[in-house]
Amino acid sequence: MVWYIVRRFLQLIPVFLGATLLVYFLVFSLPGDATAAICGERGCTPAVVAGLREQYNLDQPFWIQYLLYLKGVLTFDLGTNFSGRPIATIIAEVFPTTAKLAIMALVIEAVFGIVFGLIAGLRKGRIFDSSVLVLSLIVIAVPIFVLGFLMQFLIGVKLQWTNPTVSGDATFTELLLPAVVLGLVSFAYVLRLTRTSIIENVNADYVRTATAKGLSHRRVVVVHVLRNSLIPVVTFLGADLGALMGGAIVTEGIFNVNGVGNTLYRAVLNGDGPMVVSIVTFLILIFCLANLLVDLLYAWLDPRIRYA
Amino acid sequence: MRYTRTSKMLSVAAIAALSLSACGGGSPESSTDTDTGTTDAVIVVDGSEPQNPLIPTSTNEVGGGAILDLIFAGLVSYDAEGKPQNEMAESIETEDAQTYTITLKEGKTFTNGDPVTASSFVDAWNYGAAAKNAQLSSYFFESIEGYDEASAEGSTVETLSGLTVVDDQTFTVKLSQPESDWPLRLGYSAFFPLPASALEDPAAFGENPIGNGPYKFASEGAWQHNQQIELVPNEEYEGPQAAQNAGVTFKIYQNDTTAYQDLISDNLDVLKTIPTSDIKNFKNDLGERSIESPYAGNQTIAIPYYLPNWEGEAGKLRRQALSMAINRDEITEVIFNNGRTPAKDFTAPVLDGYSEDLPGSENLEYNPDEAKKLWADAEKIEPYDESEPLTIGYNADKGDHKTWVEAVVNNIKNNLGIEISGKPYATFKEARTEATEETLTGALRAGWQADYPSLYNFLGPIYATGAGSNDARYSNPEFDQQLTDGLAASSVEEGNEAMNKAQEQLLEDLPAIPLWYQVAQGGWSNNVDNVEFGWNGVPLYYAITGK
Repeated sequence: MVWYIVRRFLQLIPVFLGATLLVYFLVFSLPGDATAAICGERGCTPAVVAGLREQYNLDQPFWIQYLLYLKGVLTFDLGTNFSGRPIATIIAEVFPTTAKLAIMALVIEAVFGIVFGLIAGLRKGRIFDSSVLVLSLIVIAVPIFVLGFLMQFLIGVKLQWTNPTVSGDATFTELLLPAVVLGLVSFAYVLRLTRTSIIENVNADYVRTATAKGLSHRRVVVVHVLRNSLIPVVTFLGADLGALMGGAIVTEGIFNVNGVGNTLYRAVLNGDGPMVVSIVTFLILIFCLANLLVDLLYAWLDPRIRYA
Repeated sequence: MRYTRTSKMLSVAAIAALSLSACGGGSPESSTDTDTGTTDAVIVVDGSEPQNPLIPTSTNEVGGGAILDLIFAGLVSYDAEGKPQNEMAESIETEDAQTYTITLKEGKTFTNGDPVTASSFVDAWNYGAAAKNAQLSSYFFESIEGYDEASAEGSTVETLSGLTVVDDQTFTVKLSQPESDWPLRLGYSAFFPLPASALEDPAAFGENPIGNGPYKFASEGAWQHNQQIELVPNEEYEGPQAAQNAGVTFKIYQNDTTAYQDLISDNLDVLKTIPTSDIKNFKNDLGERSIESPYAGNQTIAIPYYLPNWEGEAGKLRRQALSMAINRDEITEVIFNNGRTPAKDFTAPVLDGYSEDLPGSENLEYNPDEAKKLWADAEKIEPYDESEPLTIGYNADKGDHKTWVEAVVNNIKNNLGIEISGKPYATFKEARTEATEETLTGALRAGWQADYPSLYNFLGPIYATGAGSNDARYSNPEFDQQLTDGLAASSVEEGNEAMNKAQEQLLEDLPAIPLWYQVAQGGWSNNVDNVEFGWNGVPLYYAITGK
């Protein structure tokens, strides 16, 4: 088990190198000169452009730029973005907010998705099942920005139950609305996954055996059916955590959340290479860790799975 | 006193009711004087994250500009109409429009107690101009003698030879050629003074700037990046821009649509730009609390002369044909809901010296018959190369340009029957790079917002030969000469006359096709009063009061 974890951590090294190289190259290949974004509509004098290029190593060829960046990372110095601020500071500012938002969304989608999916699966074909299925279909079909603007307008502006936007403090109550929006789509997937999985397992032999042994219905459902049905759901949630951390660009934009998604979006527009690469690498690491966690959860959910 | 914003979740309704009753200052009940409003309110306004450290010469965008204009005071500032008024300057005198003697008022200080002296200006300007400091706004000092030496690539010259400190209160400026409108520029942020500490450690200063303006940072670290910037009145400041409120907090938004939701739910006090999606209904939503105020900015389409179809005499006729094929009245009415006004020249109506009926301005009027005729004339000189149809480029990342570009394209297509299309660039920088490297394959939209209220600011930097923003690569010696003459004129009035003469040349050549003038469309909440927009489309933050 310990060896397994150590090995998985060692695997992160090539993933890190490959990801940074690839992303750095993609940003490098973006059309347009990065100094043009800094200089704006009015442009700069050639001397200023030359000064900027030197300052951010833009006058160097791709390999040198990349190696300089890598050297910075290995010495725990991520460098500065095009506004002259340390990238590490920026990540430290925006990451907690996004993490809070992602975890809230994950809890919402997991709890509601599994509970609703369980009930729907056990009462297959009944009115609750059908209506939940139709509802989840609608949620999946409607684009997230429509949901976002709709809920912001109804709940934030018309009913005024909460502020329509999130302030710098990003308190729990402020984040609740964006978290619900963010969790809604995945909620529908979790619900459907759980439901299908439950339906499959309810008719399995071991469930019949458990019932025949005289176990209570509650124990059969929770310990035997649900636990065995959770493996695909957990896989999905693990992958979703990564997506929530980095892919919340639309939702963060609508609710003005100062998070990772918004920061990444701005950095891409400005062609801010080091900033984009740092954030994306960070996200990749989180994604890998979430996957590791999921793999470890498998063993707990299904003792037949062993690690060597 | 600062009023707190409370969230009102239904589930915590009881708590919400409690905290609601707790918000004090600035609430409507406490106001007794409805005409002037209360001065104890903190105003929350929309802002965007400053892209650079808050050093006047390294700020070239509106987000940082709005903050700098409040925390610094230059030699002059501009009133709501764009008329310069003295701030730090006691007098600015010249006899030949080339050598200026500037005398400062006595007893002015920065918020750290340092006096504002002649060196505060001279050192700041030297720092801004020197190439080794790579300041984005360095070209603002180009008129001053010695600029070429200090700003050349790799130059180690640190001072402008044209700047001389006479004594603590006096300095002289020698320009490399006479420019009568030069004093008009001195209210722009690049010309602000700096305390000595700024030049010792510019990076640290840019995080926590110390100025001499009507406001100052509320505390060390008042700039919470990407969230908000809190300003409080500077008690030491005496001048025309004295604060009428207890502070201005810039709340930073990623997009206008989000800010608008905050405005209509009274979570934001002033919004300076109504998002395109709400242009049609903001007057209904806000009623008396909305404003439309023309400002010194315009929108044009620049057509590079290096494109094969667009050079020479035929190119000139084609440009005129395009211009006359565009129905500006209809587009400004239908698409912008009258939030723009059709252009009659290359500048903007709020400027001193503006004229709406310059000879040649008929080239900017909708006249499809004449357009067809001009196009046919051009065909006779040189047939239009169909293999390179015209595109109108626009950046798709900021501002909503697609709608109007498509409308212009359709106008031209229908009236002239030629192949033409809109060309979106994913990012602003991509479009700018092509413009600087002369690799544009079609026309490019260009918006210009004045830095200082002068006709020259709309002409020199964009259409003079070799100018920094001359996307069309227009070069006309006659026009250049008229500009130089205009600058050298002995009075601003004479200068304006010469500038308009130069514009007549532009109206004939049309290096860029002027489309419309900008109108600021903004709104404010139920909590504030006395909101007015200035000549540059920025609200006069210092004049806003609580209700």
